[in-house]
Amino acid sequence: MSVIAPNFKLSEFIKSIIDDVVWTILILSLIGLPAIMMVLFVIPMPVIDGELLTPFLAFTYLADPTRTLPIVQAFMTTDMFKIMAFPGFGFAALIAAGTIFIERKMLAKLQLRVGPFYCGKVEGILQLMGDGLKLISKEIIIPAKADKPIFWAAPVLFVASAAAFVALIPVAPGWVVADVDMGLLGVFAVIGFFPIVTILSAWSANSKFPFIGGIRALFQMVSFEIPLILSLLGVVMVTGTLNLSEIAASQSSFPWIVFLPVGAIVFFITMLAELERIPFDLPEAESEIVAGWLTELSGMMYGLVQLGTYLKLYAFAALFVVLFLGGWNGPMIVPPFPMEIATHGMEMGPVTVKIGGLAPILSQTITQEMLNGTLWFVLKTVGVIFFILLPRGVFPRIRIDMLLNLGWTKLIGLAFVNIFIALALVYAGVLGPGGLQ
Amino acid sequence: MTAELPPGLAIQKVDERIMTLNVGPQHPGSGHMRIVVQIDGDYIVACDPDPGYVHRGEEKMAEYRNYITNIPHLERPVIHDSCNVLYPYVLGVEELLGIEVPERAKYVRVICSELNRCIYIMYWLAIYGIFLGHSTMFMWPAGDRELLIDLMEKISGARVTHAHFVPGGVRNDLPPNFEEVCLRQVNYFEKRIKEYAAVFYDNPILISRTQDTGVLSREDAIRLGTTGSVLRASGVNYDLRQKEPYDVYDELDVHSPVMKEGDSYARSKIPWLDMLESCKIIRQALEKMPKSGSVRVKLKPNPKGKGLDSVYKRVESGRGSLGCHIVSDGKVEPYRLKLSVGSFRNLIALPYLLKGEKLGNMPSVYWSLNYWPVEADR
Repeated sequence: MSVIAPNFKLSEFIKSIIDDVVWTILILSLIGLPAIMMVLFVIPMPVIDGELLTPFLAFTYLADPTRTLPIVQAFMTTDMFKIMAFPGFGFAALIAAGTIFIERKMLAKLQLRVGPFYCGKVEGILQLMGDGLKLISKEIIIPAKADKPIFWAAPVLFVASAAAFVALIPVAPGWVVADVDMGLLGVFAVIGFFPIVTILSAWSANSKFPFIGGIRALFQMVSFEIPLILSLLGVVMVTGTLNLSEIAASQSSFPWIVFLPVGAIVFFITMLAELERIPFDLPEAESEIVAGWLTELSGMMYGLVQLGTYLKLYAFAALFVVLFLGGWNGPMIVPPFPMEIATHGMEMGPVTVKIGGLAPILSQTITQEMLNGTLWFVLKTVGVIFFILLPRGVFPRIRIDMLLNLGWTKLIGLAFVNIFIALALVYAGVLGPGGLQ
Repeated sequence: MTAELPPGLAIQKVDERIMTLNVGPQHPGSGHMRIVVQIDGDYIVACDPDPGYVHRGEEKMAEYRNYITNIPHLERPVIHDSCNVLYPYVLGVEELLGIEVPERAKYVRVICSELNRCIYIMYWLAIYGIFLGHSTMFMWPAGDRELLIDLMEKISGARVTHAHFVPGGVRNDLPPNFEEVCLRQVNYFEKRIKEYAAVFYDNPILISRTQDTGVLSREDAIRLGTTGSVLRASGVNYDLRQKEPYDVYDELDVHSPVMKEGDSYARSKIPWLDMLESCKIIRQALEKMPKSGSVRVKLKPNPKGKGLDSVYKRVESGRGSLGCHIVSDGKVEPYRLKLSVGSFRNLIALPYLLKGEKLGNMPSVYWSLNYWPVEADR
């Protein structure tokens, strides 16, 4: 086996760490602290917990870090936090990154190899970061006769559409970026953007293989949107709402997959097609049309499309969880936080540590329900993602005429069967008033 | 549009519906060649294979080297099948020089030849898998191939390019304890490739995708001069190991698989059945092989042919019949050497098969022809 780090010496490694620490402290104290001071004196400070956040007060946080908790709580209730971090983009991107890693390792195990192994020392855990750095550092080459503004915009639009899709997903009770009454309709609208973005990117590249790939993607996505929408109508009928949070909350005793398994199967298959996963990865069929509509994309443009693809994968898996598997509902397995620590402080030998501001954050923001809901949601989503990834190791790619035949005849027929099942359940009184739920 | 075209290009009026795709040589689905495909929507209206990107002049090179120094470079066209590529040449030189090969060497040659056939088919199958988008079928054969490569490494010392056959026998005797190791590895290999049926050959998507695509009828297969697995997939039971047995194949029980369908599923399944048959042949050869004895006749330095003479020998390689025509004028080098390879003869069928097919069938039909670009170009 080749040597991973040929000239590794422990003394030089320690020296490099010490060098880094010294330089960090030096730069922080010479440039960082004066900059913070200047900013603190110029910007008007917000009022938090009835106190004006003066620079003096801000510096007292250095002595007592628990005083930042109200600020953290105030930040966590803002829309910006929801969009950027928790139920929105950051959370989804984290799951997407985990998905890529799991996909590569799982596929490698299936195919009797090891997968990413060296990068990050532990099972190649930093391989994704390495790939990302490589994509960022690569030159972006645009075809000479491409329609440049559209070609540039397409990857950004793709990620934006995927992020808009992510914004509609409720993760825990009350934790959703956009809690709209027409949530499911919004999902359909956002899904409708993907073929447009794809065909724009493919056509503007002015190249043959992307063009064929774009046409294929258009065919595939448009024809599978119809069974997709029809397969979800059953859930809408039995719940009587389009709001995704309400649909998730309505499954507190039974997930809808128990009553509507046909719809769930149809939705899962159409999901694979919408995501261009094997066996439906015709728009990127390598041996036929190089990389399909991604052929001319290079560098970070390709990276953005990949990010968008995996965000979309997370969003579809999460939608499946919300609609069919009960969303955040599940037995309470997160233990309650010992509240006397928040109220009376924590005794550590002779000292009693009081953490001010912990009680409101635990009772209002990071509650036990929220943690439990998020845990169940993530577990279910990862399970669905696993089943989305699995066909890649088992199936070959199918052909476009077989795909369209499947979409237009079998899946639409099954979706109607599902609708009739839902109608029967509602009219027979199994569900609805007086029924099970 | 037709105003100022160069003379060669103005022959045909190009319909605007028709798009010309250059598949290769830098396309992931082509190999070292180019296929000019004209498509109308999703249908292929014309296809023009354009080999020649890896032409290395093997035949001309052979005229400047003597009969022994020709050995290592003549196996270059298909390094994965290097024993079989060398086989007709070695047989021909033996006939030219009038050498009788020891019995044990003949059996060793059969074992090496069958092992190499499996090695080649595994590589071919790996590429067939990835052409259909089945990445597991790429990794499994590429990994299991190592079992047989290990065996060949034990025999010849080289993993891929063995140069093990020489006029007069084989270069070295088998290593000690080889029979048990070979039997064990081949038995495991056979068990392993039987598992491929579950994941690949019985896969409903694969069957629905490749059945009834690129159908080559029995008559067309004979008329176009195809050979090997392509011919046998069209229902013609023609295997040189049975029809013209060379070395000790007449003492062994060879049952080449034949299928009648002639579609790309049959063409992809025949090599797999060939591998199972090869395992049986190896076991028979190990059983019947003389346990000791010479494996090589010592030749004089710089052997020469006997005056003006020519010989044509052919064997069944991984891609079908592989012929070698050697013309000698009594010097130490051959006067002319000509290889008749199965790859090129199978490629001739490609334009007939792809016409009217869908673009999505192009990789599966193309690679089911058991075509190796480097061999076709020589």
